[in-house]
Amino acid sequence: MSWQQFLFGKLSLSVIPTDPIALGGIIFMLSCGAITLGLITYFRLWGWLWREWFTSLDPKKIGIMYLGVSGVMLIRGLADTALMRAQQALSVGADQGILSANHFQQVFSAHGSIMIFFVAMGFMFALINIVLPLIIGARDVAFPFLNALSFWLFAAGAALVNLSLMLGDFSAAGWLAYPPLSELQYSPSVGVDYWIWSLQIAGLGSLLSGINFFTTVATMRAKGMTLMKMPMFAWTVLGAMTLVAFAFPILTVTLALLSLDRTLGMHSFTAEAGGNMMMYVNLIWAWGHPEVYILILPAFGVFSEIVPVFSGKKLAGYTSMVYSIWAIVVLSFIVWLHHFFTMGAGAAVNAFFGIMTMVIAIPTGVKIFNWLFTMYRGRIRFTTPMLWFMGFVVLFTMGGVAGVVLAQPPADYQLHNSLFLVAHFHSMIVSGVLFGYFAGLTYWFPKMFGFLLDERWGRHAFWCWLGGFILAFGPLYILGLMGATRRLDHYDPSMGWQGLFIVAGVGAALVLVGFLCQIIQLAVSIRDREKNRIGNDPWDGRTLEWSTTSPAPLYNFARIPEVSGRDAFWMSKAHSLPGRQAGAEASRAKQVYEHITVPKNTSAALIIAAFALLFGFGIVWHIWWLAIFGIIAAVVGVIVRGFNDDTEMILSASEVVLIERGGTWRKFI
Amino acid sequence: MRENTQLMVIAEDYSEDRTTLFGFWLYLMTDVVLFASLFAVYAVLRSNTADGPAGAEIFSMPLVATETLLLLSSSFTCGLALLAAQAGNRAKVLFSLGATFILGACFVAIEAIEFAKLVADGFGPSRSGFLSSYFTLVGTHGLHVSLGLLWMLVLMAVIFFRDLSRPIMRKLLLMSLFWHFLDIVWIFIFTVVYLLAL
Repeated sequence: MSWQQFLFGKLSLSVIPTDPIALGGIIFMLSCGAITLGLITYFRLWGWLWREWFTSLDPKKIGIMYLGVSGVMLIRGLADTALMRAQQALSVGADQGILSANHFQQVFSAHGSIMIFFVAMGFMFALINIVLPLIIGARDVAFPFLNALSFWLFAAGAALVNLSLMLGDFSAAGWLAYPPLSELQYSPSVGVDYWIWSLQIAGLGSLLSGINFFTTVATMRAKGMTLMKMPMFAWTVLGAMTLVAFAFPILTVTLALLSLDRTLGMHSFTAEAGGNMMMYVNLIWAWGHPEVYILILPAFGVFSEIVPVFSGKKLAGYTSMVYSIWAIVVLSFIVWLHHFFTMGAGAAVNAFFGIMTMVIAIPTGVKIFNWLFTMYRGRIRFTTPMLWFMGFVVLFTMGGVAGVVLAQPPADYQLHNSLFLVAHFHSMIVSGVLFGYFAGLTYWFPKMFGFLLDERWGRHAFWCWLGGFILAFGPLYILGLMGATRRLDHYDPSMGWQGLFIVAGVGAALVLVGFLCQIIQLAVSIRDREKNRIGNDPWDGRTLEWSTTSPAPLYNFARIPEVSGRDAFWMSKAHSLPGRQAGAEASRAKQVYEHITVPKNTSAALIIAAFALLFGFGIVWHIWWLAIFGIIAAVVGVIVRGFNDDTEMILSASEVVLIERGGTWRKFI
Repeated sequence: MRENTQLMVIAEDYSEDRTTLFGFWLYLMTDVVLFASLFAVYAVLRSNTADGPAGAEIFSMPLVATETLLLLSSSFTCGLALLAAQAGNRAKVLFSLGATFILGACFVAIEAIEFAKLVADGFGPSRSGFLSSYFTLVGTHGLHVSLGLLWMLVLMAVIFFRDLSRPIMRKLLLMSLFWHFLDIVWIFIFTVVYLLAL
């Protein structure tokens, strides 16, 4: 081994990509980064960022940081969308389109991995961080430090994905990297290693979050809030975190085994020497199917909070909602085989998993009907969150029916890996998960920042997303039935597909316009923020998060609320009629205050995650000294932090009074 | 009044204990799933020897029996450490933890020797699917035990230099849960990997 190999592993200057599109991406990303850093330096915001954000253990701030990272990753994921739609609309016959086959494969692999792990998961943990402690009347999460560590590990994973854009390449083996394609023999570059370690590091963060939020719901609810009095969002988080705790260790094992195959020449999934590649497919879906329910359950929770508020009624069928959540949790672990009916497990096995898959549509249907019954005879306010909900109901139900079609093994033999499947799961993930989180972000935005988002631009965004989605994925259902398979970088004009692909491209462009509207919406709302500050309870909410100030103080509640029924805040407002708002204010004014213990800021989470990033980077490039240093430093960091007793501080009663009487605790902007 | 605040502080401590314990049990459950996946992988790959050796040909039962004995005894001494901690006897805690550490370290050492011998004989993890799954399953357990030893070492140092404070008691409890859990996993490894290979 030469010293160069020792120092840099497989890394050298030649790994920087040179084709124009990749180079354009790098230059765009670097200049965005440079501009951001420059602005932060120019406005002297580093100290503020470090003190108020990077070292903060406040879940509300950590949630907002999740939003930031996921927002950036959403831009990357959407850029990939644009490239794919352009390629498939153009690459017909003699025309080879804009991407090489290999680059196209990297683009769709990156699109899937980024959208699931760094956008959907990020938005989910953002919302949970911001809303969960408030909605159950808690001052914090169960393990504040662990929560920060989860976030920084997530950020480290995202950083590793972005590094792959500049140094080397990304996986070209699809978002789930099936072997033997993902084995060293067929993917010799570092792409798959980037995929493995970015997911492994971010996945560890998700697992810790799962434990954290489950414990939070289980042990930290406000006094009187028995399980059946919990807001539905807390129930869905409990369900989703149960799934995280049971599913993510399987992902950890699967990724670790694949990595051992690639780095130490083991044979867990190889095509020779006794490896079993179908075991990988089973393992990855034993995680992967629960994963989609991990994403959708909190979105269901968001809708279950929004629909009652904007219908002016309590949620219909509370008990059936709870049971349907747990039916979904259990069933989601016995449907994974429907992702590969064509593996040939036999008629009996396929029939069992086909039937289970159809059965899981029932609890989901129960929820849809409950939301509709909640709206029935309600006094509905058509705000943007409600629009996202109604878009969701229509598209999600249609996508779900397509899913029941796919659940039948004979039909699946025809539709497997076709664009019909692609259209189906985008119906679930975009119109289910993403619309749900958009609705939640609009609804809880005033909780985060104290002012409303602009409704007009929100409506523009919604209609562009809705129309764009239908235009982009309607054609894919048809193309799938016409026999177009997924991941095509080129096809023959005689197939007659190009027209529909062009329509899909127009749809994607409309979606991008929708996203642009959201950026404008954010900018306009910040510009008009003083006009949009309309108190602590802008929507006439029903749950506890609206009973404190918006934004909420560090400790959420000066006095932990006592709960005697569902929709606790609604009840307290109803008791103090007519001046509902005034009643809440008055009770806050005559409160007796006590001292509150809050966690101290710490940079340990950021530092440990930075070492984890070094470890991941070292392993990807076979820079062994860096990997060993990274892992040892991370473990030492955990020990040092673990035995630090000085992690809390006490806000005295008089300080609490100052904060409470001072009105809004802090304005971010 | 002062008594009252003191009571309140203690109550807060206990609620923190409860939350931490609950969370740690949940973590252990996720570790169960992790090991369950590795066991499943082993069950699938155990007959895929690719013309290499099967388990019966390479496992040394006397060594495995010794390992089992060491780990089971270490669980016993770990229990003694916890009892001593509840009695507030620092010297006894350190002594019992020291014994646990030595027993655990011997376990890891024997496992390392076993692995090294297999690799030297050409039966390393890259030889066959069976050996890959064997090394990952048993190795993951060994890694857990090693991390447990590190945790124990730091705990002993803290108890030696500081006191048996409430947070330290809590950490001791968690560490012992972790240790007993690894013992149970080993019982399954002993049964599924070694006894079924006979």
